[in-house]
Amino acid sequence: MASHTAVATKAAAHSHPGYGELRHHFESHEQQKDSATIGMWVFLLTELMFFGGLFLAYFIYRQWYPEAFASASNKTDLWLGAFNTTVLICSSLTMALAVHAASKGKRILLVGFLVATLLLGGAFLGVKAYEYHDKWVHHEIPGDHFECEGCHDEVHTPLFFALYFGMTGLHASHMIIGFGVLLVLIWQAWSGKFTEKWYTPIEMFGLYWHFVDIVWIFLFPLLYLIDRTGRSLL
Amino acid sequence: MAAHEEHHVVPKSVYFAVFTALIVLTWVTAWISTKDLGSSSLNVAVALSIAVFKASLVVLFFMHVKYGTKLTKMIVGIGIVWLLMLLFIVMIDFWTRTWMGVAGR
Amino acid sequence: MTTATPPVKEPKNYLNAEHGLRSWLLTQDHKRIAILYLIAVSAFFVVGGLMAVLIRLELATPAGDLMDSNTYNKVFTMHGVIMIFFFLIPSIPAILGNFLLPLMIGAKDLAFPRINLISWYVYMLGGTFGVIVLLSGGVDTGWTFYTPFSSSYSNGYVVLTALAAFINGFSSILTGLNFIVTVHRMRAPGLTWFRLPLFVWAHYSTSVIMILGTPVIAVTLFLLMLERGLHIGFFDPAYGGDPVLFQHLFWFYSHPAVYIMILPSMGVISEVISTFSSKKPFGYTFIAFSSVAIAVFGFLVWGHHLYVSSQSAYAGMVFSILSYIVAIPSAIKVFNWAATMYKGSVRLEAPMLYAIGFIGLFTVGGLTGLFLAAMGLDVHLTDTYFVIAHFHYVMVGGAIMGYQAGIHFWWPKIVGRMYPRAWATVAAILTFVGFNLTFFPQFILGYLGMPRRYHVYPPEFQVFNVLSSAGASVLGLGYLIPAIYLIWSIKNGEPAGANPWGATGLEWQTSSPPPTENFEVTPVVTTEAYDYTALTLTTQEVTHVG
Repeated sequence: MASHTAVATKAAAHSHPGYGELRHHFESHEQQKDSATIGMWVFLLTELMFFGGLFLAYFIYRQWYPEAFASASNKTDLWLGAFNTTVLICSSLTMALAVHAASKGKRILLVGFLVATLLLGGAFLGVKAYEYHDKWVHHEIPGDHFECEGCHDEVHTPLFFALYFGMTGLHASHMIIGFGVLLVLIWQAWSGKFTEKWYTPIEMFGLYWHFVDIVWIFLFPLLYLIDRTGRSLL
Repeated sequence: MAAHEEHHVVPKSVYFAVFTALIVLTWVTAWISTKDLGSSSLNVAVALSIAVFKASLVVLFFMHVKYGTKLTKMIVGIGIVWLLMLLFIVMIDFWTRTWMGVAGR
Repeated sequence: MTTATPPVKEPKNYLNAEHGLRSWLLTQDHKRIAILYLIAVSAFFVVGGLMAVLIRLELATPAGDLMDSNTYNKVFTMHGVIMIFFFLIPSIPAILGNFLLPLMIGAKDLAFPRINLISWYVYMLGGTFGVIVLLSGGVDTGWTFYTPFSSSYSNGYVVLTALAAFINGFSSILTGLNFIVTVHRMRAPGLTWFRLPLFVWAHYSTSVIMILGTPVIAVTLFLLMLERGLHIGFFDPAYGGDPVLFQHLFWFYSHPAVYIMILPSMGVISEVISTFSSKKPFGYTFIAFSSVAIAVFGFLVWGHHLYVSSQSAYAGMVFSILSYIVAIPSAIKVFNWAATMYKGSVRLEAPMLYAIGFIGLFTVGGLTGLFLAAMGLDVHLTDTYFVIAHFHYVMVGGAIMGYQAGIHFWWPKIVGRMYPRAWATVAAILTFVGFNLTFFPQFILGYLGMPRRYHVYPPEFQVFNVLSSAGASVLGLGYLIPAIYLIWSIKNGEPAGANPWGATGLEWQTSSPPPTENFEVTPVVTTEAYDYTALTLTTQEVTHVG
């Protein structure tokens, strides 16, 4: 009896154009949507633990070698970092507004906000590339040719830079992957694939993008804001 | 099905308020880092508190967890607990390693 | 083309729904993906098994007469890497779990069929790198990849091997993610959490470990690759790092990974014991929650692998106590299985023999784990054959026995035909005897002080090594026989019928092999799990209709 109703609902939902495709193994759009949401959050859980290993290494070495971390951190450009954080937060806002526009079924607005997100993300990576280049020029990339002018602890300073490149690099690679997805979404949004009843991919991508933003919210103080007063260096 | 009002649309004004807070806090934390608060651990505490607050804003409002299901909240909770567990249990080792005064113990 | 093929008489099922290689390689049916996994995982089991053969051959004599130490290092490393990353971890979840989870909860498929297929391709990609390493000369770090040996000194293909394990991890993450969402959102009407079969509880707990643990090993291997490939150091003291940090990160995943191997096996055992005792499992909720407890506490004990490193002794104490605590939920399961059999009508079919074997061997494996969790004793036993024997009792005697029990239990469901039961009984007994003969002497060897990972040893150890090598050949036979009769039964076995064992559970209520969408109509669950009284009713109905 219950299964009969389920079949009926499914048929009704199928004939409804606005909901997008209902995959064969789901009973209802609601179930399909819920599954996607839970799946995305579980995925973010693994992402969190993925970055977690690096955060652990960071915490340990920073506690052990505070001077090395302080002097190395002062080699980063504080105001450039703050500016870049601002850029990323702006892209998070445009992403949130994109989801909002999608939920209202405003196609042009949705495309506009997605493009804005893409451009702001690009600006962030541009600044990042400039910073990397700067480190490259100053031989501050750990490895065989590492040198650090005026750094206090020769042995442990490379650890900071190893973590700096490990963490920001992993973060940047997440943004680059996000770019790929974003381009597809922009194309789909432009061709009118999403409706106010079905815009799950936009929403899921929003979660991903905000997660990447959160990682940066922690990376900024951890990498750029260590002992800017120079206290432990005196 | 029509009765099912799962979709809470967050008003735009909330987004803008959160956004403003995030931007202001970013520059506040950058600015404070250049000020000597009397102890460097206080500087660290302030920087991390601001970061945690900012992250919470993003999770709750941009990622809609405040309006989400119990399950979503649970997943977020498990994530935070597990990350802290990884960090702090390993820290037990690194904090107590020198207590015995024997090399390697 | 020819008239020789009779018109399809048997009803449409997932095996004959479509034909051709393409229909398999692009399938999104969880049952077909399970078969793809079965083939790939079995292939890796054969390769890993051949490595074990080489090891046991070499160790039959005290001298290094078959290979030099360098080759031996590579052989035992490849044995470990292949068996752990490419066999044990995917074995039960990706094969049996994949096949059964949707069936058991009355769903048409997993929540994300495409992701399920992708996970297989990711596994194959990781496997390809594994094979490349194997063919190009191997790696000699041991499966643990400890730094700084792996990052600075080893002359094997460390980066490639790490990459293989790294990629493979994503396949296990995707499987775990799929399972979690499926259990949350795809259950049939009326199937509440406490009506779920214990197999599902076990897989849910396993998935949680996969989700939370695997990314940590992924990032650890990523850092290892950076350190070895680009000299961006994190662990080698020469770069300012701490090698013990690597061990922490490595075991944060790799200890729970032991539970990824054993928990699904425990799920199988719960099903088998209940079915062949025709009795509801004793203490359903205890078994269910002990799975969750193992998943949680299993995450808190990794430091017991680090007792002899420079880990703080105080941290060691904490880890030691927590390791003892994790024994409690495991013991609960063992007691409950025993209590389930007590006064049940026990039938000693092959799956049940494997399951009973599991209980005995797992108990030995678990209890010797307590020896190793004791900090003082561990100093004596670390890196001896005692450790080898302990974890083989858990992983081979536990995980693989459970896998065999599961394969024998559900094989009639998977292919729709029964294997020769007498042969299966022989195989189960051979496996049990061969296993004990192989690994019990290693406890003694280890206690007497024979270290692991050496290909030469003092002559007084030879007696036990010869016993072990002899046992290994019996064990090998115990694996070979099922391989033959299971394959034989695909074409030649007796048709099994929907429910050959008189088992409860939704998977037995659909035909064998199941149709593509699993059930003709979505089942509605009205009773608790393992209700053997309700079962008699349904079988009667089926007979009546049929």
